[in-house]
Amino acid sequence: MSKKGKKKTQWSRVDGREYNQLRPIKIESGVLPNADGSAYIEMGRNKIICGVFGPREMHPKHQAKPNVAVLRCRYHMAPFSVDPRRSPAPSRRDQEISMVMRSALESAVFLERYPRASIDVYVEVLEADGGTRCASINAAAVALVDAGIPMKDLVVACAAGKYDGRLVLDLGDYEDKKGQADVPVAFMPKLNKVTLLQMDGVLSPKETEDCVALALEGCKQIYEVQREALKKKYGIEKKPEAEQVAPEEAAEAEEPTEEAEKAEEDDER
Amino acid sequence: MSKHNIVSHLKQRKIQDVVMSGRRMDGRGLEDYRELTIRSGMLEKSEGSAEVYLGKTHVVVGVKVGTGTPFEDTPDEGVLMCNAEFTPIASPEWEPGPPNEDSIELARVVDRGLRSAEILDTNELSIIPGKLVHIVFVDFYVLNYDGNLIDACSAGALAALMKAKKQVYEVKEKEPVLTDKKVPLTIRKQPIAVSMVKIGGNFIFDPSADEEEVMDARLTVTFDEDGNVCTMQKSGSEGLTMEEIRKCINTAAAKAPEIRAKVLASTK
Repeated sequence: MSKKGKKKTQWSRVDGREYNQLRPIKIESGVLPNADGSAYIEMGRNKIICGVFGPREMHPKHQAKPNVAVLRCRYHMAPFSVDPRRSPAPSRRDQEISMVMRSALESAVFLERYPRASIDVYVEVLEADGGTRCASINAAAVALVDAGIPMKDLVVACAAGKYDGRLVLDLGDYEDKKGQADVPVAFMPKLNKVTLLQMDGVLSPKETEDCVALALEGCKQIYEVQREALKKKYGIEKKPEAEQVAPEEAAEAEEPTEEAEKAEEDDER
Repeated sequence: MSKHNIVSHLKQRKIQDVVMSGRRMDGRGLEDYRELTIRSGMLEKSEGSAEVYLGKTHVVVGVKVGTGTPFEDTPDEGVLMCNAEFTPIASPEWEPGPPNEDSIELARVVDRGLRSAEILDTNELSIIPGKLVHIVFVDFYVLNYDGNLIDACSAGALAALMKAKKQVYEVKEKEPVLTDKKVPLTIRKQPIAVSMVKIGGNFIFDPSADEEEVMDARLTVTFDEDGNVCTMQKSGSEGLTMEEIRKCINTAAAKAPEIRAKVLASTK
């Protein structure tokens, strides 16, 4: 991996970032009134909203499992999210991303607590700018916690890749398309496990490892943003913002967070 | 591939125990492949073909080279497309119907391996830029399922593409004219996918259908002949540590040349 010596003046990325710098990121939780949990994320110019429903009765019933809840994910891109317009019908890519998202999130959820139930995670990409699957996972993890679903850990995702012959963190759309490789990684920070790992492009085995390590650095930064988003929603710490939350909403919110926090603590031990 | 049913719970225990003791249900070692047999060019109607037996897994790969209009954003490039068909004759659990998640993943992982390695020179597949290009379809037909389809299809795809020929078009007064000449596709790289499956705490190569059913996670890594990584795909819900990922990449890297040698031998 490149060391300190690389100065901005010598080489800089298309958007002027350092090799290990994330795009501006913003996460907000509890944005959909009708969903049990929800989150909105802006990661660079990605704008993605995620709603979680459940645990609720599985429909159709035959898909239910007798011993655990089933986590279902649906990743979907709005027709206007990319140029040119795309068909709203789910593509093979959408279906694959839905699948890897489920794999990424599944092991963080205490599914065994809700036998026969379904937990539905719906992701809508409103605007896409490279790295939508990572941004979607970040939003989905926050939305799951927001829904009060007991979690072993948060799941945080970030990509690293190779552009212009150098390893870079959190590729934008341009770097993704013109670059030599893209490695999206999802990570459970407390359990120290990688739950999503994909790669496209050409890298030596050494570069591949370095890329994963770089992506994990990004994950750790995003983890803090996720935690802030949840704290903000539930008025933990940061006092002035807590006052802005409507009293009823805060009261309502209390119970699920405790549950989620407890679950997280449980697992830390 | 129905997880979490009672039978698979019992099976899972047994398979886990055996794998943890360093052996396999069918007597193999953890890193042993089943017998891999590849035949190529056995179909006449398709431009390229291959048949792969991996133990009881049996896949036929057919390549058809057609023509069509290029994508708007790449007007002077031909197109490579992969598709996987899970025929209901391959397993009692498979039913006819639209492609499911597993078949989409299979097609896309193999497709990304070929594409990332830039196996075909897409510019060479262009006939009239913006108007007409060659489209190379690679179809995987699973005839019998006993696990590890990604590795089998990846090997088959390479063999079939190496055998594939395209018809030559001449451009006369800006119109394409079909000639009766056929030339082989230019194969620039030789990507091979190698999958490892985590069961209990151990990693095994070449999982059978039973082992795949109870796996915790799978990591597929595709290598070109220079030992570079072209694609990775992790599936299954269990997480992997950085150390496990590193180990997987290194052990898989050693396996890819063996499989590639068999593919190359079949196309001689």
